[in-house]
Amino acid sequence: MFNDIGTSFISPETNCGWCCTEIINLSVVKGHKTIIHNVNLHMHCGELTAIIGPNGGGKSTLLKAIIGENAYQGEIVFQDREGKRRRKPRVGYVPQRWDFDSGSPVSVQDLFLTRYSKMPIWLFSPKKKRGATLESLARVQAEHLIDRKLGELSGGEIQRVLLALAMEPVPELLLLDEPVSGVDYKGRELFYQIVSDLRRKYDLAILLVSHDIDLMRHFCDRMVFLNKTVVCQGYSDQVLKNNLVVQVFGQIDHNKGFQDFSA
Amino acid sequence: MPFSWTEHQFMLNALLAVLLVAPLFGMLGTMVVNNRMAFFSDTIGHSALTGIGIGVIMGLNQPLWAMIIFAVFMAVTISLLKEYTLTSTDTVIGVFSAVAVAAGIVILSRGGGFNKYSSYLIGDLLSISPEEIKILFIVSMIFLGYWFYSFNSLLLLSISPSLARSRGINVRLVEIAFTVALAVIVTVSIQWIGIMIINSLLVLPAAASRNFSANFRQYHFFAVIISGVSSITGLILSYYWDTATGATIVLVAAVLYMVSLVKKYVFG
Repeated sequence: MFNDIGTSFISPETNCGWCCTEIINLSVVKGHKTIIHNVNLHMHCGELTAIIGPNGGGKSTLLKAIIGENAYQGEIVFQDREGKRRRKPRVGYVPQRWDFDSGSPVSVQDLFLTRYSKMPIWLFSPKKKRGATLESLARVQAEHLIDRKLGELSGGEIQRVLLALAMEPVPELLLLDEPVSGVDYKGRELFYQIVSDLRRKYDLAILLVSHDIDLMRHFCDRMVFLNKTVVCQGYSDQVLKNNLVVQVFGQIDHNKGFQDFSA
Repeated sequence: MPFSWTEHQFMLNALLAVLLVAPLFGMLGTMVVNNRMAFFSDTIGHSALTGIGIGVIMGLNQPLWAMIIFAVFMAVTISLLKEYTLTSTDTVIGVFSAVAVAAGIVILSRGGGFNKYSSYLIGDLLSISPEEIKILFIVSMIFLGYWFYSFNSLLLLSISPSLARSRGINVRLVEIAFTVALAVIVTVSIQWIGIMIINSLLVLPAAASRNFSANFRQYHFFAVIISGVSSITGLILSYYWDTATGATIVLVAAVLYMVSLVKKYVFG
């Protein structure tokens, strides 16, 4: 069968195109206020989906519903490579950048050691696990940060560390919530480049909330405009031409590449 | 004579009690300080007054159980309220703290008899009995078990609740378990340390330890050491100075905190 060909020749470098997370009719109501309603989305492996939309449009709410922090109505279904369906994919999540208490003595290695629930870090500091952390950090070019305190890292560095943590274990759906807002241009570009490479290398399905329209146009496979519900979705150029999108973000000049954005 | 204090059985009992309790305060303190819960733990301490009052109304000889149940009730109510109301956490805790103190004083001062209870305010470590030390021992062992199994979840939660949730941690359960553990340890120790100063024993060792530590393991270790050293030193000093033990311990911890500041800002 066609599907068998798809799965039996799978290698990490190619898109299997078969596993997929479906969000079906998802709504989040807080108090009497509907934050998002009837959201329908499909996220395929190997595909980076960028969510754009106005502030208050429900972008973070959608991600927090997927990780289980917000109660929701509707369904989230994951279909694996063999076509088996089950509730909820294994997610990795990179939260919006927030200010760490710089006096807090939590090191990057501490953060990674919280993964081992039977080894409380006040009692154990296993050498073996250090190698595992270094391997994780290597994915995001951040091995040198292992012994630094979280509060001492720059915005870009901390988000790369959190990305490495979200990749441990490799998730079926990677969620990034405005991961690099407030980070300088070079830092954002590096971050998106790493995310984009991880997508290909691990065949990841990625859902990324961002305000970096120009950078997203370059890196994403698909764009979704979310304003209470999915207003439109498709290739970034199509979405950015949509009248409703233009009303929010203005006309995006197609000749203006993402390189010029730095100027 | 430097060791004359060891000749008294009550001093040895107190020393044993301090060796059991001080490390727990150091451990709990690391999370209280990191989660900015100092005001919260202070309120738990204050709620002991109402707990004693309830115990008295019920005619209990030993109000400890009433105190523990009321403190746990307060702790859980506050942590649920701060999640479900839009009022700032400070305000919610402030209201509870005020009510707990006022209600306790009103109940205990009926007929002008508040003086009977003033030992709870400043604590009386030297009166601890071997029976009570046994209770402290059991509570400590249970706490260590809890601390072993939920520490890493608690740490991740203190870094970011959303991150903890995304990694499959039952955030609400971990949070409530911690507030309950905090309420129980604080309440069990309160008649030895004193309502007015018990919170300093949670905050000072951890706050000092932060200034010495490069990672969480060191932070935890130094908090336990600082808590232990100030407790033993304070106990012995209180014997020679003839002062309240709890407050003397807190003063020693405060001196160690100053030392940590000097270390941090002068020596880097």
